[in-house]
Amino acid sequence: MPKKNNIALFFKQLPKNIFSGFVVSLIALPLGLGLAMASDAPAIAGVITAIVGGVIVSILGGSHVTITGPGNGLVGVTLVAITTLGLEGAYAAIICSGVLIMLLGFLRMGNLADFFPSSAIQGMLAAIGLIILGKQFHIMFGHKITRENTIDYLVEIPYTINDALHYENTGLIYAAAAGILSLAIMMFYPKLRNKYWHLIPAPMWIVVLSIGFSYYFELVLHQVNPISKDYMIPAIPSFAEITTQLPKISFAKIGGLAFWGSVLSLTLIASIESLLSIKAVDKLDPERRRSNVNRDLKALGLGTVASGFVGGLNVVTVIARSSVNVNNGGTNRSANFSHAFFLVVFIVVFSTQLTRIPLPALMAILVYTGYKLASPDLIKKIFSVGKEQLLIFFVTLLTTLKFGLILGITAGVIITIIIHFIINKNVTLFLRHWIKPNVLMFKEDDHKSNYYVSVKHFCTFANFYRLKQKLDAISTVDDVIVDFSMCDFVDHTVMENLNNYQSTFTKNGGHFDIIGLDMHDADSKHPFALRKIAAVPKLFGYNLTKRQENLESIAQDYDLTYSADKNKDTVFLDPFLFFKTKQPNYIYNELKDNNSDSKLFDIEFSEGEFIAKEVIRTSMLHIDLHETIPIFSLDRETIMNKVYAIAGFTDINFEDHPDFSKRFHLVGEHKEDIKRFFTNELIHFFESNPYYHIESNGNSLLIFSKQRLASTKEIKALLDFGKRLKDVIPNKK
Amino acid sequence: MIIKHLNNKIFQTIGIGVAFSPNLKANLYEAARLSLFFESKLVLIHVGEQSDEKKQQILDTIQPFIKDNLNYELVFKTGNPVDVILSVSEEKKIDLLILGALQKENFVQYYLGTIARKITRQANCSILLLIKPSVERLPCKHIVVNGLDNPKTKQAISTAYYMSHKLQSKKITIVEEITKQEVAVSVDDDESLRKSAIIKERLKMREDSRINRIISEIPDIYKSQIVTKTQPIFGKRGYSIGHYAQYVRADLLVMNAPIKTSFWDRIFPHDIEYILSELPTDVLIIQ
Repeated sequence: MPKKNNIALFFKQLPKNIFSGFVVSLIALPLGLGLAMASDAPAIAGVITAIVGGVIVSILGGSHVTITGPGNGLVGVTLVAITTLGLEGAYAAIICSGVLIMLLGFLRMGNLADFFPSSAIQGMLAAIGLIILGKQFHIMFGHKITRENTIDYLVEIPYTINDALHYENTGLIYAAAAGILSLAIMMFYPKLRNKYWHLIPAPMWIVVLSIGFSYYFELVLHQVNPISKDYMIPAIPSFAEITTQLPKISFAKIGGLAFWGSVLSLTLIASIESLLSIKAVDKLDPERRRSNVNRDLKALGLGTVASGFVGGLNVVTVIARSSVNVNNGGTNRSANFSHAFFLVVFIVVFSTQLTRIPLPALMAILVYTGYKLASPDLIKKIFSVGKEQLLIFFVTLLTTLKFGLILGITAGVIITIIIHFIINKNVTLFLRHWIKPNVLMFKEDDHKSNYYVSVKHFCTFANFYRLKQKLDAISTVDDVIVDFSMCDFVDHTVMENLNNYQSTFTKNGGHFDIIGLDMHDADSKHPFALRKIAAVPKLFGYNLTKRQENLESIAQDYDLTYSADKNKDTVFLDPFLFFKTKQPNYIYNELKDNNSDSKLFDIEFSEGEFIAKEVIRTSMLHIDLHETIPIFSLDRETIMNKVYAIAGFTDINFEDHPDFSKRFHLVGEHKEDIKRFFTNELIHFFESNPYYHIESNGNSLLIFSKQRLASTKEIKALLDFGKRLKDVIPNKK
Repeated sequence: MIIKHLNNKIFQTIGIGVAFSPNLKANLYEAARLSLFFESKLVLIHVGEQSDEKKQQILDTIQPFIKDNLNYELVFKTGNPVDVILSVSEEKKIDLLILGALQKENFVQYYLGTIARKITRQANCSILLLIKPSVERLPCKHIVVNGLDNPKTKQAISTAYYMSHKLQSKKITIVEEITKQEVAVSVDDDESLRKSAIIKERLKMREDSRINRIISEIPDIYKSQIVTKTQPIFGKRGYSIGHYAQYVRADLLVMNAPIKTSFWDRIFPHDIEYILSELPTDVLIIQ
């Protein structure tokens, strides 16, 4: 694309992006204030973070529609940093973590988040949600408490509710009322489908209503605000003060373990939260662009360093604000910049008004966010994937609550590994093959030129990055087939990620097929469930794989009947020359048409015996013609090895069809019959269609292309080919 | 020079270690059959004391081949198996040493025993690793050979053609392994993806033309009956070619011998060490 167009497009889209940035700033303002206060930092720190982050990342970043600012995930770790190091020390830790995040970007560690099992990350995020919810819930009810442990905060929630019901201080009653009302606004906002109501995002409604409430008392009733002074936002510095009075930063504790513990947690959580958000936002991008995560990490790190120096917190990519950006028509990084710009405007114009917001109202926003991170729906979803995932989730959740984030995520990784050992009853599978480069990729050299990716041994979060590296090198408009038939075990993290790839490819016009998992056993019906190769394949009752589900839907589309079960009745294959040297074991994944004339199936057959035995799985189409035709075998001229067994016959050529004779290898015993059977129409059909191996046994045809299972796209092509072939076959009657 | 070699015998002398295991007959049959195919002399090395009984057992086993005028020699020598086999190989000027692999309990994977591994690492001659020696002759239909940019590759490819000519196999696939380092552009976003795709295409053409030059030097009689295919693959050098050979169910994989293996190579395996830990099929390592 020429560059000029890009600039023209940029200016054309600018108004939309400025508007979208404005809407985002309406949420970013209250969230920034709230997140900073929840971390025990000055309220303005959150807004500073959003402004600095918005400016730096929008200029230097590598993503397109993301919004940056203070993150939910960091509330817990920032809180720990500030309580142990003091605010000045915490700024130093934030600056150091910024440097580390930049370093991650330079080391190309953009795949960091892929090294953690997804259930463990879910557990960690839920724990963060509970940390936020637990602490702020009390403030929302006008009941500030300080406890050692995050679990204590959660345990005391009922007492706080009970206390609130018995308040006598009207200041506290109003404070609690403001909190509960704000929570109600957050909860019912999405349910009220009114377009005027939705002009302003929910958090901004809370801000607007509470400021209005305060002015109502001051200007109309001429009374002081009834909400207790302790439960109002403390003084917000004016813009001039922010820019002139930089905070003191103390590197005094830089030698201590606590300091580096904080730096490490900040770095880990900030980068994981950012990377997960970028990944999620890329899926929302209407233009389906791919974010440069490493470049984004560098920009986020630099943003964090700058933010730390001017009194802000860690800059991270945030999912909720980014999705609002996409929904309001944001298309490029100028939206992020404009969101920062409007925040500056708010601070310049309204900094004194912001002190009219009651704290409980602000904290209600956070309680709601915390609840969303740890909602029961999430647990239900994880349970549906598998019981073992729920175990990983809870181990991570509880360890994080009790011992902090670093130990929590470590526990999550360890329990996942142990569960994998137990499920497979095999430790050596993982230990022996962990460092092996188990992914092979190549372009299949036929005209369709699929990318074929074969994975060996096992594929879990521990080595998924190898597969990911290969998949990322494929353009999403291409066709990919990922084959797990040489792979013994695939875990939930991989299945989930592959599913993401699948949807990205489908949206961009490519195809992403997963094959070779039909023999694997799964514990639940969920498409993301982990899968291991079953020791003794069950005949019935195993759950359908994605491919089998696709086959089922193909069956519906093409008016066929589908059966996944193994069928040992393979006698109809025996008369075919191809099976003279091969032993069919069983067929499965059958797609039959209603009068049983043609059926498409996967087949497992073996070649050779005993030690030379090889088991091969492939997809074939069988068409019963109900009439006698000559016995023949037709294949591409070059592929000699497939017709090895019938070497006794020589190629039949047609003088008037040199192209066909050159490209196809046609053999059979009764040359004259075959020549008569191959009419001009039939020859033209073969010439103008893709190559398949086609065989006749005298009254039916067997059609297949490769000696491996076909992808769903290939199955559709094969069905279509068979149908059209049947139409051109000369009818004797 | 190598090409001239082709017209003559590429392997003058073939060696095999004889151990009285259940696989004895299959191993000896394979070795004797290859010696007849290549018109080479077969040296049977037994590590241990000489005895008439042992000698008779070996001779009984290869009796059918002796009838077909097999040129053979029996060597008995005591000592450390690795040292004995290596020293006899030097002494008798063996150019191809045949080693048998062991099969794992699950009957799917094959690996090399410690002795065979040590010999493979240290030997100065070509090595043929057999994963499933068989008394009956099994046709060798498809040979996969590496096409690395390496001075030894030319010999590996010409040997593959020589082998397939002698064994009457139908197809040779020359695998060009393209590593991440060669592509040089890391994929970050759509822009770099496009760049890397262009570089990959260019690399593929460059590799193809290099391989085609090598093929063009091979005499026609070795090429005429055989379908040749080149296949670029993306993966780890040395390992992924084994993975590919397993995927296409090749009957023989021909590879260059590594330049050298040090202690570190065993800890961070690469090239040949990968193949040794996980034999995909029969492997011929060209020295």
